[in-house]
Amino acid sequence: MNFRSERPLTHLIRFTFAAAIMLSLPVGLHAQDWFKTETSSGVSNIRLAVADFKGVSATDPQTLPLKHTFDTTLYNDLSNAGIFDLISKSMLPQASPGAPAEINLAQWGGAPASAAMVAFGAFGSSGGRITVNGFLFDAKNTQFPQVLAKQYNEQASDDMARQVAHRFADEIIFRLGGGVPGIAETKIYYVKIGGGNKEIWAMDYDGANQHAITHLGTVSISPRISPDNSRIAFSSLGRDGFQIRMYSLLLNRPVSFPSAGGTNLSPAWSPNGRDIAFSSSRSGDPEIWIADSNGGSVHRVTSFRGPDVSPVFNPKTGSQIAWISGRTGLPQLYIMDTDGSGVSRMTDGGYATSPSWSPNGQFIAFAWDRKYGPGAPGGQDIYVMEVATKRWIQLTHDIGRCDFPSWSPDGRHIVFANTPGGRSSSTRIVSMLADGTGRKTLTEAGADMPNWSWK
Amino acid sequence: MNLSHANYRRAVAMLAVAAALSAVTGCHKKDKAVDPSSLGPMPAPPAAAPTATLSADPVAIDLGQSVVLNWRTQNATVVTIDGIGEVPSNGTQTVSPSSSTNFHLTAKGDGGTTEANVRVTVRVPVAPTNNGDSGDMGSEAAFHQNVQDVFFDYDSYDLRPDAQTSSQTAASYLNAHKAIKIVIGGYCDERGSAEYNLALGENRANSAKTALVNAGVPASRIRVISYGKEKQFCTEQNESCWQQNRRAQFSMDR
Repeated sequence: MNFRSERPLTHLIRFTFAAAIMLSLPVGLHAQDWFKTETSSGVSNIRLAVADFKGVSATDPQTLPLKHTFDTTLYNDLSNAGIFDLISKSMLPQASPGAPAEINLAQWGGAPASAAMVAFGAFGSSGGRITVNGFLFDAKNTQFPQVLAKQYNEQASDDMARQVAHRFADEIIFRLGGGVPGIAETKIYYVKIGGGNKEIWAMDYDGANQHAITHLGTVSISPRISPDNSRIAFSSLGRDGFQIRMYSLLLNRPVSFPSAGGTNLSPAWSPNGRDIAFSSSRSGDPEIWIADSNGGSVHRVTSFRGPDVSPVFNPKTGSQIAWISGRTGLPQLYIMDTDGSGVSRMTDGGYATSPSWSPNGQFIAFAWDRKYGPGAPGGQDIYVMEVATKRWIQLTHDIGRCDFPSWSPDGRHIVFANTPGGRSSSTRIVSMLADGTGRKTLTEAGADMPNWSWK
Repeated sequence: MNLSHANYRRAVAMLAVAAALSAVTGCHKKDKAVDPSSLGPMPAPPAAAPTATLSADPVAIDLGQSVVLNWRTQNATVVTIDGIGEVPSNGTQTVSPSSSTNFHLTAKGDGGTTEANVRVTVRVPVAPTNNGDSGDMGSEAAFHQNVQDVFFDYDSYDLRPDAQTSSQTAASYLNAHKAIKIVIGGYCDERGSAEYNLALGENRANSAKTALVNAGVPASRIRVISYGKEKQFCTEQNESCWQQNRRAQFSMDR
């Protein structure tokens, strides 16, 4: 396999440090409400052509619609990845090569497509199975062009056609994205608002396959998926107020989690899946507590008058917690060690909520209304702060209230709740690249509090 | 919904009966094969009996509150409600009875007379007795008169001076009615973030609880639940509505 290592590496660097470069701009930039970052990293994206796959066994009437689903999903996944310049299909050669022998690389590498990489293959369905042969070729390497060859054989269904496209896209992203696994197979858990109740729902990363998880008939909020995708912790309103609840995705039912007095909310998993940090007022004032994932060996971490909520572990180290505290008045972003020491205030004012710590540990995304108060300009937007320097950038502008950011596992995307109409009933879920570009609305109105799976 | 559905079913049933009757007569006539047009005008069918339903929402109120009466009739020419007079065949009316009342509706039509009743219970407050009867739960109205919800400033959970005063009133009422247990709900306006507001609501309810405990009400009689902004009293987007939602609400814990 001929594999050019410089290119993926530059992309790794680009994505790990692009935000750092942006953050190291002069502090004076804070006064500007807008600045574009997509061209500031100085690295161009890989120019990738995605051919429509060649339909084989076309006698099966299922083949064509399934192939269409596959082609569309693969194109969207690679387009969403944020590391490619995807070549418009109208510029591609009029050919659907189904195998390495059928592709004329010069046709793809030359103008107008000028592709650096080409993804192509064959898609067939027969006897209730779909068979996909997928290839990734380096268009500029005529001698050994093959970068990747994968074969998939799955049940013939629209959902499986999408899943196979997700898998192949993730293989391509993994190879060309500096070894960072793609997110096309990840899930987003969220709150679905309907009929006075709120239930926990799940969907694919691109908004497809939206379906209910819980049917509790009450108000359930703050879903947090465990690092191994086996359980969802959330908070649910019962007779004694909000309690931490646990739902097993392996058993497909709620599993027990001990309840306690007071309001218990905003659970957060440690990266090893063994501990859960949450807010509890069992001792009077809402403080941050940590229990093991079965609710045992519970102990208090903070002790200060005022609300303490929304803890989140540093997913890289597991040894720090970012959270929101109202100890000085309006809620501010803080970090501390998991034993409660080393408390450091991160925001210098306004109204800050809903932290999400980036997978590499460098950044915290959060919702912030910097000039909070009656009649104040601006609104609540998504910000990213570099933990080491406390420098921040604003990612959303003028799209209505934004809250509950959650990082994708590759650290390249952020999903959040957006309320364009001001009324909470208009809240929907939106994703974007971590530099604020590439915004995509994933749900209709009536969805809130997204949480991206760890893998 | 149920009313119209029931009426609809009734109408369907009557149609079915009519169809069955005509089918039976049809069978008899078939032998003679009479030309129907030679029979002359058919005798008018007997007029259908009127139907009437009457409901009240709510069926129980405190003195001074109002209740909505809702009635539906069919096949009636004259509809009257005692104490109100003649009314349209279908309608609603808001009334504020001063004592528990049986509302009686009469629907007269060509097919006869049908009646419908609904009883509205009016809870009249009883003045609290100050004889220190420890088993006295008091009335719901007296409870709300003496134990009033307290309201908070924006993003604050400190009791205002007016709330301090009302807490004293509440505490003395609760101390005089030792059988009452209460639950305090903490609420926030819709601005701000859901998780933080739940914690803030907890602090608001706790502030109200602390004031009662300091005034001598045992903490064991008080339960606290925060609803944050998940439940709202008022859904307009203005300050007076937001103020309505920034509260600690007292209710009797049963």
